[in-house]
Amino acid sequence: MVEWTDAERTAINFVFTKLDYDSVGPESLSRCLIVYPWTQRYFGGFGNLYNAEAILSNPMIAAHGITVLHGLDRALNNMDDIKNTYTQLSELHSEKLHVDPDNFRLLADCLVVVIAGRLGTDFTPEMQAAFAKFLSVVVSALGRQYH
Amino acid sequence: MLSKYEKELIASIWERLTPVAKDIGSEALSRMFATFPGTKTYFSHLDISLRSPHLLAHGKKIVLALVEGSKDISSLTTTLAPLQTLHAYQLRIDPTNFKLFSHCMLVTLACNMGDRFTPVAHAAMDKYLSAFAAVLAEKYR
Repeated sequence: MVEWTDAERTAINFVFTKLDYDSVGPESLSRCLIVYPWTQRYFGGFGNLYNAEAILSNPMIAAHGITVLHGLDRALNNMDDIKNTYTQLSELHSEKLHVDPDNFRLLADCLVVVIAGRLGTDFTPEMQAAFAKFLSVVVSALGRQYH
Repeated sequence: MLSKYEKELIASIWERLTPVAKDIGSEALSRMFATFPGTKTYFSHLDISLRSPHLLAHGKKIVLALVEGSKDISSLTTTLAPLQTLHAYQLRIDPTNFKLFSHCMLVTLACNMGDRFTPVAHAAMDKYLSAFAAVLAEKYR
């Protein structure tokens, strides 16, 4: 089981209280599609992804970004059992969506960059470390049901 | 693959950061040590506490190399030849760590540039840092 120090729990909760889901969600997913264009393979039905401007103004991508970000809420509310919290979502991504689990890490990296841009120097190295640890546990949980 | 526009964008970002090289460099290193503690193993000979003189000096060195490389990205192999030798035969840092540092550098840039670190700049910079890391590791084997 993952051990969280009080400092880590505080840092992670702090980040979430500062999170504007409606802005950070769309931007994180958009950055993922822009910085790692091969991830666009999973979004064939999402309309115009032709260039950065198109991706950033695409309403379907924006809506999906918000959905994905809210997916982290369940981990936040179950920090002592993140592993089992994502059993169904893991199955969904593996069996139905066929998403390469490496992509979870790419999206997580983009989320960290967006949060850093929003929080600036408030996003200390210790806060980054705690939040990155949180995301890596989520990423690992999402990959668990793949076989 | 970097377009002409992206190369100019990268060069202009690094040029603007040259005066604060030690701050950017040491911050990226501190973020890396905090987030990926295994990377500290390469620095047992230095004081890597926050903003220590060692860390500022080392961070400055790294950023100045990134600045230099950005001035002529198509000639990275020539520009980095001495650093290639250093990393391959002396430092022998596992190249996986270059990715970890690159990520922390992107986070540092985002923190310090805010909105100016646009998605396009982010993509270009990630490509540059990947290319830089690949060239650094070329002489490893």
